[in-house]
Amino acid sequence: MTVALETIGLARRFGALVVANNIDFKLEAGARHALIGPNGAGKTTFVNLVTGRLSPSAGRILLNGTDVTRLRQEERVRRGLGRTFQINTLFKGLSVLENVCLAVGEHAGTGGEKFRLAGARRAVVEHAFALLERMGIVDDAGRLVKELPYGKQRLVEIAIALGLDPSVLLLDEPAAGVPSAENRVILDVIAQLPASVAVLIIEHDMELVFRFAQRITVLVQGAILMEGTPAEIAADPRVREVYLGERQHG
Amino acid sequence: MTGRSQVDQFIRAHRLRPVELLPWGVAVLAYFGFADYLPLGSQILIMILFAMSLDLVLGYAGIVTLGHAAFFGVGAYAAGIYAVHVSGEPLSGLLVGGLAAAIVGLVSGAVILRTTGLTLLMLTLAVTSLLSAAANDAGFITGGNDGLQGVAINPILDAFSFDMFGRTAYLYCLAVLFVSWLFVRRLVHSPFGRSLVGIRENVVRMHAIGAPVRRRLLTVYTISAGLAGIAGALLTQTTQFVGLTVLSFERSGAIVIMLVLGGAGRLYGAFVGATLYMIAQDQLAEIDPIFWDFWIGLLLVLIVLFARGGILGLADRVLLLIRRRR
Repeated sequence: MTVALETIGLARRFGALVVANNIDFKLEAGARHALIGPNGAGKTTFVNLVTGRLSPSAGRILLNGTDVTRLRQEERVRRGLGRTFQINTLFKGLSVLENVCLAVGEHAGTGGEKFRLAGARRAVVEHAFALLERMGIVDDAGRLVKELPYGKQRLVEIAIALGLDPSVLLLDEPAAGVPSAENRVILDVIAQLPASVAVLIIEHDMELVFRFAQRITVLVQGAILMEGTPAEIAADPRVREVYLGERQHG
Repeated sequence: MTGRSQVDQFIRAHRLRPVELLPWGVAVLAYFGFADYLPLGSQILIMILFAMSLDLVLGYAGIVTLGHAAFFGVGAYAAGIYAVHVSGEPLSGLLVGGLAAAIVGLVSGAVILRTTGLTLLMLTLAVTSLLSAAANDAGFITGGNDGLQGVAINPILDAFSFDMFGRTAYLYCLAVLFVSWLFVRRLVHSPFGRSLVGIRENVVRMHAIGAPVRRRLLTVYTISAGLAGIAGALLTQTTQFVGLTVLSFERSGAIVIMLVLGGAGRLYGAFVGATLYMIAQDQLAEIDPIFWDFWIGLLLVLIVLFARGGILGLADRVLLLIRRRR
């Protein structure tokens, strides 16, 4: 099995605070992998390190076998890395369709064109529209994102990431705070992602995690506690103690 | 609305609408209707071009600046020095003014666009102050405090001389503004222009979809500087003089006010704001020569408080209300 994403000794410190501690992690091509851990475990920091929003204090990041540690975010995206955000990070003053068109256009390499009208490349608009159809929000295509309820904004969030046609997709709590109707759409979309896309989902919803993931990594205080199949994770007393136990009590 | 028609509507959204030709009709009518005010008309057209250049960075890309006069001033001086020492040919003078300002925009932008917010705002001010001090010190070439004298401009295309009534100057400014508008309109409605709006709306997401954000910002900053330089060059050529005020903080501030009055990020806000400001300044200065800027300030306060999005933003909201009532 080839490795789509790998981190070797990845670390990030803010002064004395260690938020990522020597993380060795592998995401196989086409994997359905979940990253779990209690609040403050460093899950989103890990995503930010991998995508290049944060630079690591030490360690390396390999994307499809290429060292991308020193590359800027946009260069990693061009190499197939897509992500969604834990908190909606959208172009709120633009229409739903344009939100997705921006991503599709950048992926197609037409985002910097200066002398062609936006929308003139029909294929870009059609592709963005097809993604909205897939997310079930095609009726909202012309509405401004800020006018949409939170759950639908969450779907736009995912549609933008899919517009980049990534080979590695990092989903940061995609279903957080989403009503059940949209939640089902999100689960269906994730389940229907092509097998070629390696997906890492960061999620608190254990039901979703155990339904979706073939492998699970548990992160605690910036370090990997353990990695295994859902059955192994569920059976491990340390995991129950630090994460599942906490949920039962909390 | 069906899916297909939504796609079609989106594709058509950026095409030229007939109403966009309205300003040009007004400008042509003004030429015939206000023959005594053509020098003021030229000034308005120049300020529209300057405000339009500012709109690219401030309104579309969200780059906060209080130093846009730097580029206007560089363009004005470059065109003036070119006319005095090289040639009085106006079109090449415009090009020189635009190029000089674009180079200053590229170099200063490469440094200051690494910052954001208040730091960026201060740096834009600092660049203008530096250039203003340099223009004052380099009196041997800029004329320093006395201004650059002896600017003589040849007839345009060797055929149209600048006349004392300002007719040629008006039409010349109008033609330059029209060509610049064609360029800017295409730019803001292009994928590049929309990506600038994306950067303004959410720079974090633009990075995450793989857009080369810094390069886009530097590109638009350079283009905007070049256009501001052309506006400055126009002022030099039509007034045949350059003074230190072209680089003043007041000019930077006034152009921001004009744009905010009209509505930033709307392309035509520059047209409305600059026209209103210049006419109000002209009229109020007659009525109240000492406190005219108080009235401009009051108007700005009212617009900012009650009409976010400027006059065009207000007009949009009124039109929306009328449509909903029907």
